[in-house]
Amino acid sequence: MPDGVIRAVNDVSFHVERGEVVAIVGESGSGKSVTALAILRLVSEPLGRIIAGAVRLDGQDLLRLDHEAMRRVRGHRIGMVFQEPMTSLNPVLSIGRQLTEAMQTHLGLSPGAAHARAVELLQLVGIAEPERRLKQYPHHLSGGMRQRAMIAMALSCKPELIIADEPTTALDVTIQAQILHLMQDLCRRLDVALIIITHNLGVVARYADRVNVMYAGRIVERGSASDLYRAPSHPYTIGLLNSVPRLDRPRDIPMEPIPGSPPDPLALPSGCAFRPRCKLAMSHCAEAAPPLRSVATAHESACFELHRLQAMVPA
Amino acid sequence: MSAEDVLVELRDVRKYFPVKRGIVFDRVIGQVRAVDGVSFSIRRGETFGLVGESGCGKSTIGRLLLKLDEPTSGQIRFAGRDIAGFDAAETLAFRRRVQAVFQDPYSSLNPRMTVEEIVGEPLLVHSIEASRAGRLQRVRQLLSVCGLPARSVDSYPHEMSGGQRQRVGIARALALRPDFIVCDEAVSALDVSIQAQIVRLLQELRSEFGLTYLFIGHDLSVVRHICRRVAVMYLGRIAEIADSDILFDEGCHPYTQALLASVPVPDPEIEHRRAHQMIRGEIPSPMNPPSGCVFHPRCPLADESCRRSVPELRKAGEEHDVACPKVGPADISPAWLTDKAKADAVPGGPGRS
Repeated sequence: MPDGVIRAVNDVSFHVERGEVVAIVGESGSGKSVTALAILRLVSEPLGRIIAGAVRLDGQDLLRLDHEAMRRVRGHRIGMVFQEPMTSLNPVLSIGRQLTEAMQTHLGLSPGAAHARAVELLQLVGIAEPERRLKQYPHHLSGGMRQRAMIAMALSCKPELIIADEPTTALDVTIQAQILHLMQDLCRRLDVALIIITHNLGVVARYADRVNVMYAGRIVERGSASDLYRAPSHPYTIGLLNSVPRLDRPRDIPMEPIPGSPPDPLALPSGCAFRPRCKLAMSHCAEAAPPLRSVATAHESACFELHRLQAMVPA
Repeated sequence: MSAEDVLVELRDVRKYFPVKRGIVFDRVIGQVRAVDGVSFSIRRGETFGLVGESGCGKSTIGRLLLKLDEPTSGQIRFAGRDIAGFDAAETLAFRRRVQAVFQDPYSSLNPRMTVEEIVGEPLLVHSIEASRAGRLQRVRQLLSVCGLPARSVDSYPHEMSGGQRQRVGIARALALRPDFIVCDEAVSALDVSIQAQIVRLLQELRSEFGLTYLFIGHDLSVVRHICRRVAVMYLGRIAEIADSDILFDEGCHPYTQALLASVPVPDPEIEHRRAHQMIRGEIPSPMNPPSGCVFHPRCPLADESCRRSVPELRKAGEEHDVACPKVGPADISPAWLTDKAKADAVPGGPGRS
């Protein structure tokens, strides 16, 4: 018997266009990774279920596809890059085998043609000596190299969308910058939509066109990256931005942490889930979850006390 | 700086780990130069930061300072005395004065012990509070100092959140009233909103108890925020060492610049203006470090001489030493935050991708 139901993702809607980078930001347990898994229909039944909604890829609802059709979408029309390349690569298959297999299946390439494209792809992602690398196994490669190989794999079948879940969290800073730059550059050049899931507000600021901020399974604020950082309009977003130390600020500027900790997903507070940590919370915040409402053009926030917030922070 | 002010001092410390091959008759086939000639000192009451990427030796230095490992050569002095020369009684006293807080509170707290036992254990081991009632009282005080409710004494680590567990780890470190705490990636595993809480707690405790910290981290923004002075390490050596505001605004070692340029700032307006100079290549293996300056294969300024001679740390300004002969106070260019136009105008500026 299950102990309860976790509503990991609740009422989440967003869209991504070709060549665009959209970020989903949130802390652990905010539902950002489950959102990605839901798009790919990788929420494992019977433990997890998508109970309502639609996921449209180029107009087609992925939730209505049968398993076989969905399998063709994954890895073909949607590419994936996960946090730890070592766990997403198969340790007993060579890089070449893993890279060419999908292309033979999805694109119907001959082994020779798949090999030739694999060489091209490794060059594209900046891996030197591609012929030699194709014969190697994941453990021969450094972390950064493995993530480059993952990106090559994600791009191999000419996807329309790439979902990158914390793609650089496990990497060193200088390598992180290289990988993110590469992903952004390739997606623009190849006109692929990119969803980056991250907890790093700096990464979002540098790479994302639009941002969705998630808290306890819901999107609490969304907008273009520049609007959202210039005029954050949800108490949680403001709290997050005040909690991050910034490299461009001297040490005497104090951080203002958000009090308390994120709620237990099994026992979410009633109404607005951020309420127990929120300075602006009123009694009516406990009654219903606030819907996303427009603050400005293409900028929405889910807060009942928006007018008080706007009075406090000069926009 | 008078000798009085210095609490911890490293003098040309080296730590090499042998690399072995073979199962029955294993033989040494090489060595990893984890720390290769590092000297610096930490003053009483300051927070000293050690930053760098994987394999730079920052955590090994932490372990050497905790006397968990012996250096291969060089000297580590604590309060004016060489810690290698301590006898058993002195070592015990040293262990009272020096404590550690590690990255993952889940793996550094015993899952079978309650918070009372975890935080009270050092008091028992060092025979400071023999009675359980006395210990319990001390534990409650420590928890309250660290922002935990007194009722958490009966909790087990798995019942707590990551932030609370890190508070328990800090309470345990404080139990013996130490002078010096090594914080090894102490806030790295925490969520942003919780990380800020723990950073603030560490700062409050430092001023309240007059603590000195060695803060080891890879997140440069956190390090800038919390540290008074910072050393940047690369492959076992110090590349640059300076007052933290000086380092982050005027750091001139090509590696420091590369690190700073790699860190995105949470502000799209700055990010869109900023030149994104990418450093090429990956970190070489510390088993087979490059000759001369270990950074030369990735360095945009490197020439033939960098391949041959190992650069010494030299003065680049007040509270500022740098181990690169190619840069100096004359041509300090705080390029990491400059506009694209300006950075492009700097000939031979850090490599662009």
